[in-house]
Amino acid sequence: MKHCMELTVNGHTHELFVDPLKSLASVLREDLGLTSVKVGCNSGNCGSCTVLMDGKAVKSCITLALQAKGKEITTIEGLAADGRLHPIQQAFIDHFAVQCGFCIPGMILAAKALLDEDPDADEDRVRKGLSGNLCRCTGYVKIVEAILAAKDGIKSQKE
Amino acid sequence: MNQCEFLEPATLEEALTLLHKLGGSARVLAGGTDLVVMVREKRTAPRYVMNLGNIQTLRGICFDEARGLVIKPLTTIRHIELSPDVPGEYDIIRQAARELADPAIRNMATIGGNICNAAPSADMVPPLIALAASAKLVSISGERTVPVEELFTGPYTTTISDGELLVEVMVPPPSVHTAGIYLKHHTRGPKGLGSVGVALALTKIPNKRSVSAARIVLSAVSPTPMRAKGAESTLINGPITRHVIKRAASMASDETHPRDSFRGSSAYKKILVKNLVEDGLSRVFHIIKAMN
Repeated sequence: MKHCMELTVNGHTHELFVDPLKSLASVLREDLGLTSVKVGCNSGNCGSCTVLMDGKAVKSCITLALQAKGKEITTIEGLAADGRLHPIQQAFIDHFAVQCGFCIPGMILAAKALLDEDPDADEDRVRKGLSGNLCRCTGYVKIVEAILAAKDGIKSQKE
Repeated sequence: MNQCEFLEPATLEEALTLLHKLGGSARVLAGGTDLVVMVREKRTAPRYVMNLGNIQTLRGICFDEARGLVIKPLTTIRHIELSPDVPGEYDIIRQAARELADPAIRNMATIGGNICNAAPSADMVPPLIALAASAKLVSISGERTVPVEELFTGPYTTTISDGELLVEVMVPPPSVHTAGIYLKHHTRGPKGLGSVGVALALTKIPNKRSVSAARIVLSAVSPTPMRAKGAESTLINGPITRHVIKRAASMASDETHPRDSFRGSSAYKKILVKNLVEDGLSRVFHIIKAMN
């Protein structure tokens, strides 16, 4: 039996009918067209489905859509503000951190959650914070470099 | 998708009434990090999923001198990892929380789910057993309190009946002279697969360099988390030396009979147990040596 629910994503609230066992990832992709949310392993390991729920990173492929009732979801489509890329997005470009791109939306959102909680994270804490996001292309070097570089961008944005 | 009804009781009483009515046809949803994976992998196809997420009384951590640390089942692993409400004496619980999966999983995974899912590799269970924690279970007919150590009867199997819910995890105040550690091996580094886990808690005899109590608890080497009781007994009362540590570590390894699995071969796991127990004991002895 489908449930009626309100889902708030990137600042907009949508009314949806969802199957109870449908994942948040599926609803974001199929019902709302937010295909930046990737489904890689579909078992909560690879992290390509990572979105923010009330600012915290979650694996949307193993989160039921109904678990997101009353929460604010952020996907990468919602990260840029007033047409300007978030400092992490810009850093990923500046530091050539993107290859095939599949892991990137999840990686950037995980990085945002990490730096929001730990603005002075060093390389070790960044790597541990990204332990739920796999990348098969880059070897993580430029990704970590970009995130560390983004710290200053974020701080100056707050000033 | 199969027919599945989603239930959202607002109170514990409502949840227990529903569980009594539905019995084994209902699966309890806490964080979902185990349940949803099982559904995706078709290891379960529940007729009812009962979401406990609206019952606020099932969340939280509190500490008092009398009861010790009381953790409610829907408390997320991330909250345990970061909460200032977990006093230093219970640090092995926090250490285990830090080792569980990754931050995104920890934001949803709960301590109640980790215990009740009863994976042989469950991270939160060994520290709870090392600190002699107990679990309060309730149903519509009453309640009972069981040592966490006695909950597990096999892989993914507990003594918790269909009508029961875990509502509290209680960890008594450790003695002042107790120190511990939780060590977890990952194959291929921090992003790798979780393998053997070791929780140690040792209680020093005041003014002596020996130990009055020791618990060595191992995960992912047996159908349920296990204590290496033979190794524990070699640590009691006698002097603490390098030799005693090595002997205890070897004995702990000998007490395990792990199977070959994707977490490692039997031989590999036995070596891990020996090395982790030796490393852990050395570090804990170092801490308690500095105590009076």
